Amino acid sequence: MTAVKPGLRYSAEHEWLNDEDPVRIGITAYAADQLGDVVFAELPEPGDTVTAGEVCGELESTKSVSELYCPVTGTVVETNEDVIQNPERINEDPYGAGWLFTVDVTEEGEILTPEQYAEQTGTEVA
Amino acid sequence: MTLKTTPLFAAHEKLGATFTDFNGWNMPLKYSSEMTEHKAVRQAVGIFDLSHMGEVFLSGPDAVKGLNTALAGDFSKMSVGRAKYTVMLTEDGTILDDLIVYRLGEDRYLMVPNAGNAPAVAEAVVARTEGMDLTVDDATADLSLVGIQGPKAADVVAALGEDFAEAAASLTNYRVTEILVNGNDWIVARTGYTGEDGFEIITPNADIAGLWEQIFSLDIGVEITPCGLASRDSLRLEAGMPLYGNELSTERTPFEAGMGRIVSFEKPENFVGRAALEPQREQTPQQVLIGLTSDQRRAARSGSEIVVDGQTVGVITSGIPSPTLSKPVALGYIDAAHADVDTEVSVDIRGKALPFIITKPPFYSR
Repeated sequence: MTAVKPGLRYSAEHEWLNDEDPVRIGITAYAADQLGDVVFAELPEPGDTVTAGEVCGELESTKSVSELYCPVTGTVVETNEDVIQNPERINEDPYGAGWLFTVDVTEEGEILTPEQYAEQTGTEVA
Repeated sequence: MTLKTTPLFAAHEKLGATFTDFNGWNMPLKYSSEMTEHKAVRQAVGIFDLSHMGEVFLSGPDAVKGLNTALAGDFSKMSVGRAKYTVMLTEDGTILDDLIVYRLGEDRYLMVPNAGNAPAVAEAVVARTEGMDLTVDDATADLSLVGIQGPKAADVVAALGEDFAEAAASLTNYRVTEILVNGNDWIVARTGYTGEDGFEIITPNADIAGLWEQIFSLDIGVEITPCGLASRDSLRLEAGMPLYGNELSTERTPFEAGMGRIVSFEKPENFVGRAALEPQREQTPQQVLIGLTSDQRRAARSGSEIVVDGQTVGVITSGIPSPTLSKPVALGYIDAAHADVDTEVSVDIRGKALPFIITKPPFYSR
């Protein structure tokens, strides 16, 4: 059973956000598990404007492709170059080394608590 | 509809498998990581539960005549202990299934069709051999199948017992034998669907969990990895092997699928599909099955259109980012005029035209 990490915030489209400024964004362990081994990550680049609820990249595994939705509106500050070179980081450590990008936020989209996200995905906070 | 499960379902759950619906069967998609499972088969050995595959026996004095009438291949020259890849055709000459036929005895043969097609194949064999002196027995519900695939597969089989060690040493590719285990005949064949060396073992349902457990408790200095259908698909695609439902279907003829050579027009039997295909023998099919690779990173996927000069000239039937080659590989059908190896085409991937090049499969060979 993949777990939802406490202390983070979540989107219905399976991203997590932390409380830092700029905010750091990644995909959840649940999403990484559903997607399978990620072999190609296309991420927004520093300076790109992103909009909450809109597609900002894609993650490709051997079996499928998933669009990456941005949970916030703002400007991308940093992209995780390590993940671009080594997409397997997303599966190995989705809440840590597998983070995707950071955003200087002007507006947040709809945010879920860990409990709400766990309920949506039928998983548990742990 | 309730999904069917194999006798190994509990073993898969214990290993933490993620399951998927495959043709009505609840089968392991992966246990841990499909990439790890894929690499295990390329580098060491992977174990697959393939109990959803069909097992249809055909036996009797007219067995060869029956096979030659029901299927596209010629079985009159196949010796005991041999296996042969073949297709079953519709009256229109399109592909109803692809299957392997094993000759187990003088007039005893085993057909292994795809899971979803087993009932249709069994039914068609019965209908097509009416009046012949033979019996058809669909034993799919009673038998289970485990695939042992990879460069270390023979080491695993050899460790299962004395008779297995002998089989591992003596069976060459596409050969089959039977081994008596606890009063039951197990079928051991050197066949597979991964592009690696490998074996397939068929046992009565009651015996398969014991075999599975024995395999994973072997201490032979080789890492033995359980593998799901996700890696099975990426392995077969790298090896350029067609999958029924993707490359092969009742919409495609063996000529389109590049399998004209396995249709025997020399045999005397008036096999189903012959009348439709005979006139096409000297023609170039409108579309043909080809392989594609790309130097960019996005994989083409089933359903993506192949485009040349702004015109749609074909469609992708299977595509993945190849774990072994680290680049996209795909199979698809393309108009014969554009089918030459090294032709540059575009594939429409989510609205972007990306460059691919026509490449002769297999993309990977051991």
